[in-house]
Amino acid sequence: MIEVQDLTKSYGPVTAVDHISFTVNKGEILGFLGPNGAGKTTTMRILTGYLPATGGTAKIAGFDVFEDSMEVRRRIGYLPENPPLYQDMSVANYLDFVARIKNVPSAERARRIDAALEMTNITDKRNELVKRLSRGYKQRVGLAQALVHDPDVIILDEPTVGLDPKQIIEVRKLIKGLAGSHTIILSTHILPEVSMTCDRVVIINKGKIVAVDTPENLTMQMKGGERVHMEVRAPEKALSDLLSKVPGVRRVSVEAHGSAGRVAATIEAAEGQDVRSQLAAKVVGQGYELFELRGVSVSLEDIFLQLTTEEATPKPGANN
Amino acid sequence: MRNLYAIYRKEMGHYFVSPVAYIVIGVFLILCAIFFNLIFSAVVQRAFQQSMQGMQYGGAVMPMDVPSLVLRNFFSVMGSLLLFLTPMLTMGIYSEERKRGTMELLMTSPITDAEIVIGKFLAMLTLFLLMLLPTLIYLSYMYLHSDPAAPWRLLWGGYLGVFLLGGSLLAIGAFISSLTENQLISAVLTWGVFLILWVIDAAAQGAGETLGAILGYLSVLRHYDDFTHGVIDTTALVFYASLIVLGLFLTMRSIDAMRWRHA
Repeated sequence: MIEVQDLTKSYGPVTAVDHISFTVNKGEILGFLGPNGAGKTTTMRILTGYLPATGGTAKIAGFDVFEDSMEVRRRIGYLPENPPLYQDMSVANYLDFVARIKNVPSAERARRIDAALEMTNITDKRNELVKRLSRGYKQRVGLAQALVHDPDVIILDEPTVGLDPKQIIEVRKLIKGLAGSHTIILSTHILPEVSMTCDRVVIINKGKIVAVDTPENLTMQMKGGERVHMEVRAPEKALSDLLSKVPGVRRVSVEAHGSAGRVAATIEAAEGQDVRSQLAAKVVGQGYELFELRGVSVSLEDIFLQLTTEEATPKPGANN
Repeated sequence: MRNLYAIYRKEMGHYFVSPVAYIVIGVFLILCAIFFNLIFSAVVQRAFQQSMQGMQYGGAVMPMDVPSLVLRNFFSVMGSLLLFLTPMLTMGIYSEERKRGTMELLMTSPITDAEIVIGKFLAMLTLFLLMLLPTLIYLSYMYLHSDPAAPWRLLWGGYLGVFLLGGSLLAIGAFISSLTENQLISAVLTWGVFLILWVIDAAAQGAGETLGAILGYLSVLRHYDDFTHGVIDTTALVFYASLIVLGLFLTMRSIDAMRWRHA
């Protein structure tokens, strides 16, 4: 449905998007993940025909985004980073305007507007002026705007920004519900969003694609072993030596943690080896007090940091 | 065509709720009414004086064409008022869309730049006509009550002139608005350009023959004066038409350039 080949965009000497290529299949949700300034918005703007590319090609439903811009624009719904709202229009009038410029036939217009209001759960706000709405509602009006002409391809630039947790869940559900019949690209820098909603992830950094895969595969690949986190009251050196002797353990790092001689240990074991019970037995066998023991799963965040940060080694198990 | 209408409709709706449009129209109409009163009483007074003098000294009384004199002076004042007020109608027409990010919506929708530009221009023109309409009331009242009847041709000529002048100013102002995201910058720049177009007339009189002719041709007000004298000159028609087309063309180029320079 979407084919991007060697797409490049430079602003003078700055290259915002550097030879990126990817494809999105029909009905798929693709997540665009990257730190701020990675080139997510620029890529989306090129796909929507807002910006011309410096090099490479992008095709949506077989139409080149530059050569056949009008055909492409007819087939896409686009929510920019800041929802493009007219402040002094009512929600319904705004959607009516958007439906008109998106060439929705007049016979279908009312029905499409109702459907968009319904999907984004703002039917009760239809007669309210846009400027009177809260940030979350504005975001949802922006989303309704991208859906009102029932486009084949939906491009969402950070669709959940400004929403409260309940609304975020609703919007993610909505996006998931749209997949299948629609092809969706969404960008985000919120990692759980990607693992929750997307079928595939493109991780982009400094204009380059650093990884493309399903969230599960990415996690699998990057993991490369099991990790266990422990909290014990024991001398650091003795504990380190003790734990290293457990079969399957590859690396142990111990550091002081909190008060009263407690230490935190991170143990890395070979892939597929569950060393937790052995670790517990060793520690307890030595008469040390064991406060905590848990397996640490490598989150998408670690992968993200690993791929987008050059020097620092990722901190395992960082909270989302 | 449908897209053009959609843009037009949106702009009209915007004017309908916009305080700026109401204020500009209100100020324009109040000033017009005041100037009409001043001009009318001044002209009538002079006509009286002249006929009194004629009676006193027994000479021939020079008849005075009061409606035409009022009209000429009134339209001349109206032209100057427009130079000051139209920038306020055009300042936000593109700046606001750029600032709010709605330009991105328009530019990623299946509508052409020409449809955007022309739709917006027609909406401005409609608003401008609505703004002029009330002035027709007292001018036609004067015409209906003048004896002998004054030629209506002059009145319509004057309105055609003011319409073309306004259209040109709106087209230029809209272009300037498309250059910036800041409404204030847009308004000040437009004022500057209009003032230059205004003083060009004076410069033309001081300049040499060739330069003077060129500058005189460029003066937006000089062509306008022809209309209020009842002269509909093709030169003037071509001048205003080309100014409007130039303004619209430059606006389209400017929108296209937004795609390329956007950082």
